[in-house]
Amino acid sequence: MSALTPLDRPNSYIGRSVPRPNAKRLLAGRGRYVTDITLPRMLHVAYVRSPYAHARIVSINALAAREMPGVRLVATGEDLAKLCTPWVGTMDHFKGMKSPPQLPLPIDKVVWSGQAVVAVVADTRALAEDAAEAVTIEFDELPAVVDIDAAREPDAPVISPELGSNLCFHGKIDTGGIDEIFTGAAYVVEEEFHFGRHTAVTMEPRAIIADYDASEGQLTVHHATQTPYQFQDIYSRHYGIPESRVRVIAPDIGGSFGMKLHMYHEDMAVVGLSMMLGRPVKYVADRIESFVSDIHARDHRVRARMAADAEGNILAMDVEDVTGIGAFSAYPRTSVVEGNQVYRLMGAPYTFRNYRADLQVVFQNKVQMSQYRAVGHPVACTVTERLVDMIADKTALDVFDIRSRNMIADDAYPCTSPTGYQFEALSHHACLAKLKAMMDYDRLRAEQAELRTKGIHRGIGIATFVEITNPGPAFYGVGGARISSQDGAIIKITPSGDVHCSISVTELGQGTETIIGQIVAEHLGVDSNRIKVMTGDTDTTPHGGATYACRGAGIGGETALQAAKKLKANVLAVAAAILQDEPEKLDIHSGWIVDAATAQQRMELSEIARIAYFRSDTLPPGTQAQLSVAHHYAPQGYPFAFTNGVQACHLELDVETGLVKILKLWVVEDCGRVINPLLVDEQIRGGVVQGLGAAFFEECVYGDNGQLTNGSLADYLVPMAVEMPDIEIGHVETPTLDTQLGAKGVGEAGTAAASAAALNAINDAMKPFGGTVAQVPMTPARILKALGHI
Amino acid sequence: MEALDAFESSGEDASYIAGGQSLVPALALRLQAPQLLIDIAHIETLRGVELQGDWLRIGALTRHCEVLADPLIRTHAPLYSDAAPHVAHPAIRNKGTIGGSISHADPASEFPAMTLALGAELEIANRDGTRRVAADDFFVDLFQTAIEPGELLVAIHVPVVRPGHRWAFHELARRRGDFALVGCGILAEFVDDAVAQIRIAFFAVGSTPIRAQQAEDILIGKRLDQATIAAAQAVAGDDLDPSEDEHVPPAMKRHLARVLLGRLLGQIARQAP
Repeated sequence: MSALTPLDRPNSYIGRSVPRPNAKRLLAGRGRYVTDITLPRMLHVAYVRSPYAHARIVSINALAAREMPGVRLVATGEDLAKLCTPWVGTMDHFKGMKSPPQLPLPIDKVVWSGQAVVAVVADTRALAEDAAEAVTIEFDELPAVVDIDAAREPDAPVISPELGSNLCFHGKIDTGGIDEIFTGAAYVVEEEFHFGRHTAVTMEPRAIIADYDASEGQLTVHHATQTPYQFQDIYSRHYGIPESRVRVIAPDIGGSFGMKLHMYHEDMAVVGLSMMLGRPVKYVADRIESFVSDIHARDHRVRARMAADAEGNILAMDVEDVTGIGAFSAYPRTSVVEGNQVYRLMGAPYTFRNYRADLQVVFQNKVQMSQYRAVGHPVACTVTERLVDMIADKTALDVFDIRSRNMIADDAYPCTSPTGYQFEALSHHACLAKLKAMMDYDRLRAEQAELRTKGIHRGIGIATFVEITNPGPAFYGVGGARISSQDGAIIKITPSGDVHCSISVTELGQGTETIIGQIVAEHLGVDSNRIKVMTGDTDTTPHGGATYACRGAGIGGETALQAAKKLKANVLAVAAAILQDEPEKLDIHSGWIVDAATAQQRMELSEIARIAYFRSDTLPPGTQAQLSVAHHYAPQGYPFAFTNGVQACHLELDVETGLVKILKLWVVEDCGRVINPLLVDEQIRGGVVQGLGAAFFEECVYGDNGQLTNGSLADYLVPMAVEMPDIEIGHVETPTLDTQLGAKGVGEAGTAAASAAALNAINDAMKPFGGTVAQVPMTPARILKALGHI
Repeated sequence: MEALDAFESSGEDASYIAGGQSLVPALALRLQAPQLLIDIAHIETLRGVELQGDWLRIGALTRHCEVLADPLIRTHAPLYSDAAPHVAHPAIRNKGTIGGSISHADPASEFPAMTLALGAELEIANRDGTRRVAADDFFVDLFQTAIEPGELLVAIHVPVVRPGHRWAFHELARRRGDFALVGCGILAEFVDDAVAQIRIAFFAVGSTPIRAQQAEDILIGKRLDQATIAAAQAVAGDDLDPSEDEHVPPAMKRHLARVLLGRLLGQIARQAP
């Protein structure tokens, strides 16, 4: 007899690797993405884009284009400005931040190369592109603001003169006495880090169909987005359509990673074009357009130093981050959140209390930079963890020892970081110990030493991290952004005893619908294959935050849990009336009403539903069965549920060519209650791959004139399966006590520290040669430079 | 002949299309917009691999995946076989043709450079008949070959490798299947363990595939010991003409070319007869 496990309980779905019910449909080619949708009388738009990073629009001549075959409309910024009010990407809680107003298409000026200027709508995309070539725009080129330092010079051209300068936001944190601590410290290390821009490269590009029906004043938008409610609000307010008449439907989504929750000019324009034409208009960004119009991520230069005492105890950090965000702050979440998280997450795993940081967010003539998976985390983690390794070098401490010496003790919670983050409970030491055992660290070190004598240079790097998840209203709501931190669910029992759950968190391929199904199955007491979960339609689901910042499981999941419990109570009330028993003495197991004490089956849930829906006459007088419930949940405890973990990277560096073979990556992560181990591990693996992409491959490279020089998949390198190592994952579970579910987020953990572990591993491999790297991606050219070969 | 006539009748605003692995992306990006596409994929005389005395004839329509698997090519023109797994990815290799790759003449492609290393001759058809051009005279400039407008590459003729020949191929790429940072194929003939003849062809180091002639000159008549290899490496960069590229600067290309040459010559030195 084997011992019982926590999974040996009735309706045990939480904690099991339930496969995604929708995976088979997608694999069978029955996915329905926006690109697959064809509506009657639908038209297609192509955009004429600016070839200049910064230029005045002198004139637009569209006469020839209007005469081209199949062309229905050529629209300019002035045309759309008559319908759409401008938007400004600022939030009140970032004091002093500024950003210029934006319109769907520009009227007098372009501010980045690739900006859409003229919309050409035709019967097909090909005809629209043909006609777009016939539009001539006369530009008067202006000096481009590209470099983050040049942008802040007093005599720099100002992109938005009404703002007075190219500075979007300037933030400071200072716990005091920093200079004195550094002066008196036994060890001080410092480094200048560079984090290139990269971008999401989702398999499904941005895609949207706007369908305005003037007869009802109804706008329906089929939109490849992770946040349909946010866009319902935006389209309603900026086009003056009552919210009840705006429906946003997000069908199957082919990856999002934060890229599909920002306002894009082309998308906003499509709504206006549909209103002008009274016909559905479709826009799908092609890959070349994606590179010059999707948000880019990161783009930081960080100068940072760390002070430690003679024993290797970290005393303080001093950080200066300058980040370039393009010509305006993204809407509606702003482009300051990235830098804000960079300078607040620095040093988060450690006990030191002294911290000074300066954040400057700078406008430049590039495409907008804004939130992307693990917002700010990889930057904060890389800077911190590299400096920790440098202190380890100075003090001759092993990389594990320096960390265990300085990390917050696992029994020291609750506590706060020097930047004000409140930690409920983290598990750095447990994770670090587990990682060391998993990777067989001592053996790897011995092997490294032996191989070095044979001219083989392997590196081992580790990186601890803290991740922000389950954000409450402090994240966006308090800043005035109409972005919900709560979620809502409606669960109903069908007459056959099946269950239908519509919920405001959304499915992007990550398995949201699967875990919601698991949670409902467990807490209502039914088989998960009898549950259908619906997401992504503002007309049929309650309003909620949807998917961003690692909130689906923690907040959406808790919403589903509470809703399921409410419905269960309703079911048991009816069952008790029928069975002439007390509700407290009954329970539901696998779709059966059972005796709570003995698990003896009493009657099937389907029988309750049949009676409730068709034979209510047989119920006792006054019994009104409530087999549908609606429920909302908003986080109210800690402002965020922080998670933590540690990663290790093992790689081999060819010191003659600068090429790197990544041998293995290990992750130990604590996301609280693990609802579905399979999906959690795949979230981590996918995140790690994105982190390794940033570490070695992905970079949007701009020339001095503000032109993106590698905007295609031939030149912009995404990580491919062949280059990716095996990724081994372990878990420590510290559930949050703020919710009954106990789950925290996990979607960004992989990305948060993978590039930091990789950078530490490369520097470890290069140690015999003296060079160091503090820039990602670590291209062969940069590595060869560090090694002195070029 | 029908294809050549079709080109003539188009007023030269036409493109031949075989596997389409370079042309179709160019069309999709609107970089090219010919009025006429002439599909040559089903012309039987452009197909097949055949041993003709001391020469191997490889039809221009031979697909990359066929090059990869063909036993005659493996035996008689092995540098193509060694290079083939590095040509893009399986989906592309299933469609792309060796003739398309050579006539497109991307300086970063494997097959044009191996054509140079093998000392092949290119058979070109026009309305007057056919002519053969040596690989050394074939690659003229960036994407430019000895093929005149309207002409068509029919076949590649490779002098077969003989006993005493040694060869090696490798490329350095950031990801498997990418265009190489630098690549190189070497065919050498040894007499009494000394280099009698050698052809070293680099790719991705200039506007065409390039022979490292100064290195070749140093090696001829020598045994491949460490000092000789080092001497060849020292001059290898001089023949190359990498363009300014902020991602892969010329100094890096030359450095990588030297590293690659050293590794390949070392590999050849270890190939005991």
